[in-house]
Amino acid sequence: MKPIVNALLVATMAALILGGCGKREDASSDNIIKIGSVSPLTGPQAHLGKDNENGARLAVDEINAAGLTLGGKKMHIDLVSEDDQADPKTATIVAQKLVDSGVVGVIGHLNSGSTIPASTIYHAAGIPQISPSATAIAYTAQGYNTAFRVMTNDEQQGHVLGQYAVNKLGAKKIAVIDDRTAYGQGLADEFVKAAEAAGAEIVAREYTTDRSTDFMAILTSIKSKSPDLVFFAGMDPQAGPMARQMRQLGMKTQLLGGDGMQTPEFIKLAGTDAEGAIASNPGLTLDSMPGGKDFKEKFTKRFGPIQNYAPYAYDAVYVMVEAMKRADSSKPAKYLPELAKTDYQGVTGKIRFDSKGDVSGGAVTLYQVKNGAWHPLETVFSGK
Amino acid sequence: MDIFVQQLINGLVLGSVYALVALGYTMVYGILELINFAHGEVTMVGAMVALTVISALVGSGVQLPGMVIALLGLLAAIPACMALGFTIERLAYRPLRNAPRLAPLITAIGVSIVLQNLAMLIWGRQYITFPPILPQGRHQLLGATITDIQVAILGTSVVLMLGLTLLVKKTRLGRAMRATAQSPQIAGLMGVNANTVISLTFVMGSGLAAVAGVMVSAYYGLAHYYMGFLLGLKAFSAAVLGGIGNIGGAVLGGLLLGVIESLGAGYIGDLTGGFLGSNYQDVFAFFVLILVLLFRPSGLLGERVGERA
Amino acid sequence: MLRSKRRAWLTFIALGVMLAVLPFVVDFGLGRSWVRIMDLALLYVMLALGLNIVVGYAGLLDLGYIAFYAVGAYCYALLSSPQFGLHLPFWAVLPIGAAVAGLFGVLLGAPTLRLRGDYLAIVTLGFGEIIRIFLNNLNAPVNITNGPQGINQIDPVSLMGVSLGKSHELFGISLSSPHQYYYLFLVLTLLVVFVSMRLQNSRIGRAWAAIREDEVAAEAMGINVRNIKLLAFAMGATFGGLAGGLFAGFQGFISPESFNLMESIMILCMIVLGGMGNIPGVILGALLLTVLPEALRYTGDMQRAWLGHVVVDPSDLRMLLFGMALILVMLFRPAGLLPSRQRKRELVAEDEIAAQEQASVYDARH
Repeated sequence: MKPIVNALLVATMAALILGGCGKREDASSDNIIKIGSVSPLTGPQAHLGKDNENGARLAVDEINAAGLTLGGKKMHIDLVSEDDQADPKTATIVAQKLVDSGVVGVIGHLNSGSTIPASTIYHAAGIPQISPSATAIAYTAQGYNTAFRVMTNDEQQGHVLGQYAVNKLGAKKIAVIDDRTAYGQGLADEFVKAAEAAGAEIVAREYTTDRSTDFMAILTSIKSKSPDLVFFAGMDPQAGPMARQMRQLGMKTQLLGGDGMQTPEFIKLAGTDAEGAIASNPGLTLDSMPGGKDFKEKFTKRFGPIQNYAPYAYDAVYVMVEAMKRADSSKPAKYLPELAKTDYQGVTGKIRFDSKGDVSGGAVTLYQVKNGAWHPLETVFSGK
Repeated sequence: MDIFVQQLINGLVLGSVYALVALGYTMVYGILELINFAHGEVTMVGAMVALTVISALVGSGVQLPGMVIALLGLLAAIPACMALGFTIERLAYRPLRNAPRLAPLITAIGVSIVLQNLAMLIWGRQYITFPPILPQGRHQLLGATITDIQVAILGTSVVLMLGLTLLVKKTRLGRAMRATAQSPQIAGLMGVNANTVISLTFVMGSGLAAVAGVMVSAYYGLAHYYMGFLLGLKAFSAAVLGGIGNIGGAVLGGLLLGVIESLGAGYIGDLTGGFLGSNYQDVFAFFVLILVLLFRPSGLLGERVGERA
Repeated sequence: MLRSKRRAWLTFIALGVMLAVLPFVVDFGLGRSWVRIMDLALLYVMLALGLNIVVGYAGLLDLGYIAFYAVGAYCYALLSSPQFGLHLPFWAVLPIGAAVAGLFGVLLGAPTLRLRGDYLAIVTLGFGEIIRIFLNNLNAPVNITNGPQGINQIDPVSLMGVSLGKSHELFGISLSSPHQYYYLFLVLTLLVVFVSMRLQNSRIGRAWAAIREDEVAAEAMGINVRNIKLLAFAMGATFGGLAGGLFAGFQGFISPESFNLMESIMILCMIVLGGMGNIPGVILGALLLTVLPEALRYTGDMQRAWLGHVVVDPSDLRMLLFGMALILVMLFRPAGLLPSRQRKRELVAEDEIAAQEQASVYDARH
């Protein structure tokens, strides 16, 4: 028994000492607004996680530089960044930690799998949460008034992509690959629904994982069914090698993907084999937006190329702070109703929330790789 | 039929990469009975070092044929990995030579985590791409397609495996390794310096890992600080399938695992009437592995090891 | 005699009081998130004690242990969530989950009886992955597990009409949801500790030790090796299933990604690091490995406090330090932080033999 007592004593003391350091920052003066930013900063998706954090940081620094006055007081925003490792369990701990440390709003998380369990904690604490990138339908379907997202959900995007594949690209026989993550499966299912409704036939449904790099086997099997189009629902680390391996097998089939693929990383990884691939990203093109070009320049100068969701994280911060300005308060209870009424022109498009917290009208823009860069093809409105 | 040949080629290429990494596991296991969990990470470091050199060379605008640049990258990666393997053994495993069996396993996991995160600090979170410097030719073989890189991978693996087998079977060092694997004590009495042999085993295994790392990154066109974990796991399974501790077993296990995965992903849908799809690819692979071990509890080529537990 | 007994009682009471007030101290000193971390730590203590039966007592290296945790969690989730519209009470669901997990333990154990050491490790690893892959894919053709989307809105644990998902007032003290879960988990953890202790010194426990040390000799002594191994798998799995059910109720959302191989490896690390086969050691290991990665989040604050600014990103440093801690502890305490008495003895003996051998090797060379 004695060792247990000792162990517990040591653990408690260690916890208290460590906590001493952690708790100190709580002694914030009342002109500091804390906003949390959560994304995976370690693990395979770390590059995307850091990108989200950078997007939010840029917005926060800009707002601080411009000066923010609420309730007659000059305020300073502190971005508290946390790593949820894309793990649902860690996500709830981090969420609780942010709630403890007195954040008034959260930008995050990145993955649907960690966003959903965390949203319960934010909701219980009455803290608004805007996810820049979680697309699972379940996130906003829980009936939480604190859950928002600035990205179209799987249903909206899958619908647009399915119709586009059939109606615009004229695909009749389609092969679908998903990466068996919440994102990939959700998007693929919605795509299949829309494509079948538009009259196409799904000739192959294949699967991979979000850790794989070898797709030769499933691609060979797809090749034997000679589809007109391959739709991939997953992220760029898989999409890049997949495009290369399609060419290695001598496949000339059109490759179509969602926002996980519409990244510079995809072109980097696929090299010349990326040519001709089409992928979508919610919202309008950065270049067509007022302030979009400017954002891109500022971001690239400071952090390097945009990975994917940084503009959404950037917009999410502005949407949150604008709501605070309208409510003239950073108190969650005060600015939450204003947040729901958001009508903001961001760098990713017009942001308005429907009753569930999804962006309404969700515009989706399709891009194609030409000469080693993504070029916009057209913008489609999901009408959902 | 061309589909079947194609799947076979896919599987053999994948399998020969597994086999190269599996050799590293098996050599260490043969001597120390230690699962060197960090071996996958050594592969990753090999890929990273090679890519750094290759990118630097390509970036500097030196006019060299692609193959030469890739070879220079490889030549940088091999000694780097060898040094790494040597250091890991010296710092993390040797002090635990007589510790309880699971202790070095935990340090191995620790080393693996440390290497991953160090790599993340050094090379960043981004994926690193392999510049398109290698010939991209495609050839037809029995109605299937095979690329230059695939041929190169198969060729290199075969040469390395044959070389290693000769080394273990025919040379003095090989004999010392086999003796140490049988019994370090008695080998010691016969004048074999067990520590040197063990160090050399780690160095050689790590050299092979470097080659495998470079081949993987050239084949898939990318490297990432996280790539070692899954590769290591697959290779470890391959080594066990073939009979861990047995060099021929690692080769056979690697090739088989590659082919099983490939055929599994390709045909599992047809086999189950569409009920299961390629999402059960790994289930299929593990299922075969378990089945083999049920009938041959020491792997395909592993000898029946008495009471080692 | 009387004196030592009294001292034991005093220790016991002190321990009890400490455990009872701990969440309040932690909540006050560190914040509510640490109460939540403590809840999870208790779940890991249960898991580690369960795996300790398989690995520590019976010496069967199991790398797929998380599968039983998953089975328990999914049983709970399917039986009390909107997935099938079932909302069975907690006291019914938890035993079902534990029992089903125990059954899976036997299912895994039965075909692997002949395997030893690392072969067993890879088969159990494969088993764990197979379970996870099935959970991840059983949303089609018939939707059972909801696939990678996971199961959401799982009913919180509810005892006698009191839902632990909400705050409650008790004797004028407000108890938050993590506090209530803490007490529930604590009671169940103590139960698991008690069962583990009783098992260790029982006939079965001695039989496990016997097959761990020498299977053939154990068989010769009349121990039914097959049944005793299956029992170890079943007992370990049952504890895992219990912890899994609690996890599902506590978290409210589960998805297959929570049950990956890394989790199995972490639990193994806990018991080896703490001291395999020794209950206080295993508990210490579980607590340390749950708390350490969270505590290392504060490296940013420490850098700020000591160096004036953040030199290395804390998220970059966190896992690196964690890995180093694993290595260093093992190098300096190879039998674990609190090794079981027997293992300590073995280690010393082995060291001496090794030293002699080493000496003779040098003799032979010079």
